[in-house]
Amino acid sequence: MALRSFKLFRGDVAGGQLEDYQIEVDTGMVVLDAILRIQAEQANDLAVRWNCKAGKCGSCSVEINGKPKLACMTRMNEYETDETISVSPIKTFPVIKDLVSDVSWNYEQNKRISPFKPDPSQKDEKGNYRMFQEDIDRIQEFRKCIECYLCQDVCHVLRDHNRKDGFIGPRFMIRLASLDMHPLDTEDRIPAIKEDFGSGMCNITRCCTDVCPEHIQITDNGIIPLKERVVDRFYDPIIWLWKKVFGGKA
Amino acid sequence: MLDISEIQIIEHDVIVVGAGGAGLSAAIECSSQGLSTGLVCKSLLGKAHTVMAEGGVAAALGNVDNRDHWKVHFRDTMRGGKFLNVWRMAELHAKQAPTRVRELEEWGAVFDRTKKGLINQRNFGGHRYPRLAHVGDRTGLEIIRTLQDHGIHQGIEVYMECTGLDLLQDGDRTSGMVAMWRETGQFVIFKAGAVILATGGGGKGWKVTSNSWEYSGDGHAMAYEAGAELMDMEFTQFHPTGMVWPPSVHGTLVTEGVRGEGGILVNSEGQRFMFDNIPERFASETADTEEEAARWLAGDKDARRPPELLTRDVVARAIRKEVKAGRGSPHGGAFLDIASQRNAEDIKKKLPSMYHQFKVLAELDITTDSMEVGPTLHYMMGGIRVDADTQMSRVPGLFACGECSGGMHGANRLGGNSLSDLLVFGKLAGVGAAQYLQGISTPPKVMDDQAKAVIRNATNILNRESGQNPYLLHEELEENMQSNVGIVRTAELLSAGIAKLESLKKSYKEVKAKGSSQYNPGWHEALALRNLIITAESVARAALLREESRGAHTRLDFPGEQDEWLHYNVVIYKGDDGKMAAGKIEREKPSPELERIANLSIDELEKEVAGEG
Repeated sequence: MALRSFKLFRGDVAGGQLEDYQIEVDTGMVVLDAILRIQAEQANDLAVRWNCKAGKCGSCSVEINGKPKLACMTRMNEYETDETISVSPIKTFPVIKDLVSDVSWNYEQNKRISPFKPDPSQKDEKGNYRMFQEDIDRIQEFRKCIECYLCQDVCHVLRDHNRKDGFIGPRFMIRLASLDMHPLDTEDRIPAIKEDFGSGMCNITRCCTDVCPEHIQITDNGIIPLKERVVDRFYDPIIWLWKKVFGGKA
Repeated sequence: MLDISEIQIIEHDVIVVGAGGAGLSAAIECSSQGLSTGLVCKSLLGKAHTVMAEGGVAAALGNVDNRDHWKVHFRDTMRGGKFLNVWRMAELHAKQAPTRVRELEEWGAVFDRTKKGLINQRNFGGHRYPRLAHVGDRTGLEIIRTLQDHGIHQGIEVYMECTGLDLLQDGDRTSGMVAMWRETGQFVIFKAGAVILATGGGGKGWKVTSNSWEYSGDGHAMAYEAGAELMDMEFTQFHPTGMVWPPSVHGTLVTEGVRGEGGILVNSEGQRFMFDNIPERFASETADTEEEAARWLAGDKDARRPPELLTRDVVARAIRKEVKAGRGSPHGGAFLDIASQRNAEDIKKKLPSMYHQFKVLAELDITTDSMEVGPTLHYMMGGIRVDADTQMSRVPGLFACGECSGGMHGANRLGGNSLSDLLVFGKLAGVGAAQYLQGISTPPKVMDDQAKAVIRNATNILNRESGQNPYLLHEELEENMQSNVGIVRTAELLSAGIAKLESLKKSYKEVKAKGSSQYNPGWHEALALRNLIITAESVARAALLREESRGAHTRLDFPGEQDEWLHYNVVIYKGDDGKMAAGKIEREKPSPELERIANLSIDELEKEVAGEG
């Protein structure tokens, strides 16, 4: 047991400030445990999102001492015992109250992506599709995403330049990559990736990759290959001609 | 005065409450049946408890062992449930699960593959063959995301962070639900001729649990208040392997997949104690030497399964026994060891999230060290009593599917049968609701007085001058259920538990949430507490009535299964006096064919299904 100091953002869209709390912390606790203890004992109406408390649902995204993190996977012993831990809501999206942000924009973006469309002729007589593990390894990496939106929070295009009108963000770039690289999918999303979803706006600083709690190589394995596909399509005359004649995906 | 005309009204043919696997499946089916469908969920979409399911979804695809067949899955399910399952539900489940899993693939799920490119399947407790389609140890995430990404294009209206408070009825017919927007604290009346509850369980009434705050038995309680029956509530599954250290993660799930991949359980004396805990019913199908267990792990199809893969009730009790006998791990559990059975690369590939979870939360490397594990309240076999084919409760227009419904799993659920249950019965509930709505000629009305009463009860919690802290009341509830309605029970403990629940009910009348109605977790906690208490009481009362030990229900004062009790289910309902009543109802006789299949020896059944090609 040790008494630890916290500064938690209290307020809503109209404004707010960091408020001081002190609480006894036990061995092995994570930051979310401390927040929930403050909530139970000192601030019953402190708003915070959480669910699984095991890094699997991506609900408890906040900024801890300025760094975007999952509160449930951030151990208290990552910080010095005399260090004050300050926790704020993720900044790229409007605050609702205290540590809770309005992430509804992300749900709207997901809806804009055309759904998976498999080729039914690939099914065998028993209704099974065949795919080989080596062909799906890379999309399974993208499908590990828990939609915590920490990558969206840290993306310069969304955070600093507020270009939510032009760029769909790293979360949805890897969702697009998981569809575009799916061995069974037949939908052509490359024009939309360029025109509607703004693949060109990412300047590959890899900040999204750095904060991903699932350690997905968002930039190198997802966004860069998508950018290459866009380039191949729109700027490679030979491929363009090939497709004009023979059709099909790149 | 409350002016009802100022309350928001949203109208649909059907509303589905809960957006885990069951709710999403039900909503997708409702929409495909042409119904205007609203999906109401307490959290953000995609965060429901399904996301935490790890090991896999059980379906007799036969991709890894072609001897598998729905009949074997059905037999395994009945044996695991100690023959108390609703026969028809277990039949529908085993028959339809493979189609549902293939449908997920059609909708974009990407399961791990066999060498031949088919969906891979892994071993799990109580399943005769490798049967669980999986994605590493994050199968639930794959399933919820697939349903979510498919569902958002099906014309379903999704209402996120919206808490259901109570159902509305016109006479006894369902006419909608009053709910509250968590963000603003404003109320909303959903008008709908049918309501499908898919709200999961109520495990948050216990102290050591793998369940999150959402698991407060909302559906159980709303249905109970509306006149539905709850069935089999005494059967609460304690998953044998929850984390026990550090204290803040006590109860967090460690997937059964660890044992499916070869993990062994060892006590402080280094002994593999599960060999001493093989029940007679499973003896002929379980390895009795470490040598045979090792051959099984190496893929020898003639070897029998290691005893670590016995059903969850058996393993949980065995761990408890070791701890009681002083042979536990330093923090009061058993050692779960995969490091000595598999190489580090395999472990990271097959169990990545377990590797990560222990590394971060316990500072332990599972590729070199043993985990410490112990029982954690994980799942409720019991729930709203429904018709096996339509999923409708005895309240017209009120349906239930997934964990909040009862009957499918009997006295103990097999791992992997929950994800398949969600898919199969979610869809059937959607079909059932569509059929019901077709059959009603006059739409039910929403009664203003009912809605007003629900809203007044909710706002009273905020408006009281002073009162009890809801978080502390919740802690008292958890302590009570943990010590009095836990993994082993006696009449004395259960009676003490019920007495404490009675006093908690009195305290609850004085519960007070501080602050405003806007995104106020203290208020949300207080509202959930009513449901937690109702669900907890139904478990305690059902457990007191069932005077035998069967599956997950263990009575020290009534050891062993009693044949007499196999003929009854315990049901809980609201009596005419407004108090909770518990009663025995006689079970329906199974069809002779199902009874025959369930009672065949495994050799006979294997011969039979081989003949069917």
